[in-house]
Amino acid sequence: MSLDALTYLFVGGSFALYIGIAIWARAGSTKEFYVAGGGVPPIANGMATAADWMSAASFISLAGIVSFIGRDGAAYLMGWTGGYVLLAMLLAPYLRKFGKFTVPDFIGDRYYSSTARTIAVICTIIISFTYVAGQMRGVGIVFSRYLNVDINTGVVIGMAIVFFYAVLGGMKGITYTQVAQYCVLILAFMVPAIFLSLQVTGHVLPQTALGATLESGQSVLSTLNQLSAELGFKEYTSGSKTTIDMFFMTAALMTGTAGLPHVIVRFFTVPRVKDARLSAGWALIFIAILYTSVPGVAGFGRVNLIQTVNGVENQGREYSQIPEWFARWETTGLIKWEDKNADGKVFYSGRDDNELTVNRDIMVLANPEIAQLPNWVIALVAAGAVAAALSTAAGLLLVISTSISHDLMKKTLKPNLSEKEELLYARGAAVVAIIIAGYFGVNPPGFVAQVVALAFGLAASSVFPAILMGIFSKRMNTAGAVSGMIAGITVTMAYIIYFKFLGGTSDQWIMGISPEGFGTVGMILNFIVAKVVSSMTAEPPAEIQQIVEDIRIPRGAGAAADH
Amino acid sequence: MSLSNENAQAYWGENLRIIITYLAIWFVVSYGCGILFVDALDQIQFFGFPLGFWFAQQGSIYVFIVLIWAYVFSMNKLDEKYDVHE
Repeated sequence: MSLDALTYLFVGGSFALYIGIAIWARAGSTKEFYVAGGGVPPIANGMATAADWMSAASFISLAGIVSFIGRDGAAYLMGWTGGYVLLAMLLAPYLRKFGKFTVPDFIGDRYYSSTARTIAVICTIIISFTYVAGQMRGVGIVFSRYLNVDINTGVVIGMAIVFFYAVLGGMKGITYTQVAQYCVLILAFMVPAIFLSLQVTGHVLPQTALGATLESGQSVLSTLNQLSAELGFKEYTSGSKTTIDMFFMTAALMTGTAGLPHVIVRFFTVPRVKDARLSAGWALIFIAILYTSVPGVAGFGRVNLIQTVNGVENQGREYSQIPEWFARWETTGLIKWEDKNADGKVFYSGRDDNELTVNRDIMVLANPEIAQLPNWVIALVAAGAVAAALSTAAGLLLVISTSISHDLMKKTLKPNLSEKEELLYARGAAVVAIIIAGYFGVNPPGFVAQVVALAFGLAASSVFPAILMGIFSKRMNTAGAVSGMIAGITVTMAYIIYFKFLGGTSDQWIMGISPEGFGTVGMILNFIVAKVVSSMTAEPPAEIQQIVEDIRIPRGAGAAADH
Repeated sequence: MSLSNENAQAYWGENLRIIITYLAIWFVVSYGCGILFVDALDQIQFFGFPLGFWFAQQGSIYVFIVLIWAYVFSMNKLDEKYDVHE
């Protein structure tokens, strides 16, 4: 079968599966729409969380980032997994006991304040829209590269699929499609990863293969270091970011991960408190399968790329000698060759004589072709990339629609909405959110990559500390929480906007902390301001302190959620 | 809620001790081995990896998994001890 036919078969088959699940898991009540009825088994929730979390960025971009920045990529690897430890121990069990539908629900009720609720709603919506724009674009790009359809057509197809199962099934439909999407995406990532490590080292697992010794008698990593030294790249196994920046960046990504509303809300869907803890454990195992394979894929990809392009002598290679995948990815613009010294040879280096511009995403997207794997593997990667983007998009869209129908309409503007009307608003809001997300997919704001720092910074400096203090400090009151959130958000946003949009340069960074890491500073400031202000104002009313007592005790979560 | 106030306090205190213990390990492994002492650990070879590099890119993730599962088991035991499980 031809590659195109196989790709249509794999992508089309996976879509049919998602739609079938959506029809089976329709939502009939707001509780089913918001939290899947609260009856999801922990292992299924773990898989759904993993698919929800691993977006186009994890599937397509992460290995490329690690491949090109070497050891410093650890900030992403540790940051995007270590957050689950915080989530499991500090947030998830207590939020599950609290037993409502959303993050603004908790912040609004715990701080008995519609101001606090509104700030939480605004943060939730900004974080989620920032994130979803990139997902829709990702779907479009995959369609255009593998199926030769226009990017915009790809975005519209993606919108239609998400529309179908998010609007129809709500959280219930999303949860079970995410379970299926996890299976598709992990298979699609691991099959080429295993092929690649077998090819390069003879090891099955990319986790151990990266430490293996090659035929030359040198290990993979020292080969990489040697190639890097010869070509003027920095050493692969040592970092170039400062220690303090690595520290703050990792902390911002960890606390940001723990504070992302679309991840937190997944823990509302399980029956009991112990299931919330357990699903965090499952989620991290499922995530780690991909994340611990990434360094291997990154390393082998880089060795392959350098050796294919520069040839055995590492001096450059005749253009006509280079395998055909090179030309194919040239037409997409992911690889650009400029023959600077006009010798007809392609040469890749870290110095001025470099003739190659490589987009990082190629490490995953073109890997199967570079390694000359069979066509069905390439088709599988296409289906996996679409699954990764769609599953995350659906989770985000649900959070947006819930914030609008539940937190804004029901809890703030129109408290006497009936159950049926609220469900109608939820579906309506999901439709509007999908259309807006699709618009961003077709007309991407030129700054998708920059605003990701914003999403994590915002989550780290507002949502995470507000929830944490709500659980662990009985004394924390409205004034403290609200002023803490405002201080954290203001400082973090100002720093990120200045350096990402207004042309600030890296020599102006405060203490050498990059905008990606500044969410940590915002978070610390949030804690300090909240503590000081709350100690100067009256303690919270007795019934609020009782709520805090109550969420600390696991028993009663199932009863509170009518099970 | 059959739990007396005193028992609730004791349960919460033990819960906090468990969290602090595990988060201390979490911090030492990720921020310690993976960032602060990474260069020193890189002097040691570990299955073909410089040890610091291995912690930064893989080892810390394995430890995170172990920590969450250990926490799950510790908390289940604690919940039963204070009879607050479901």
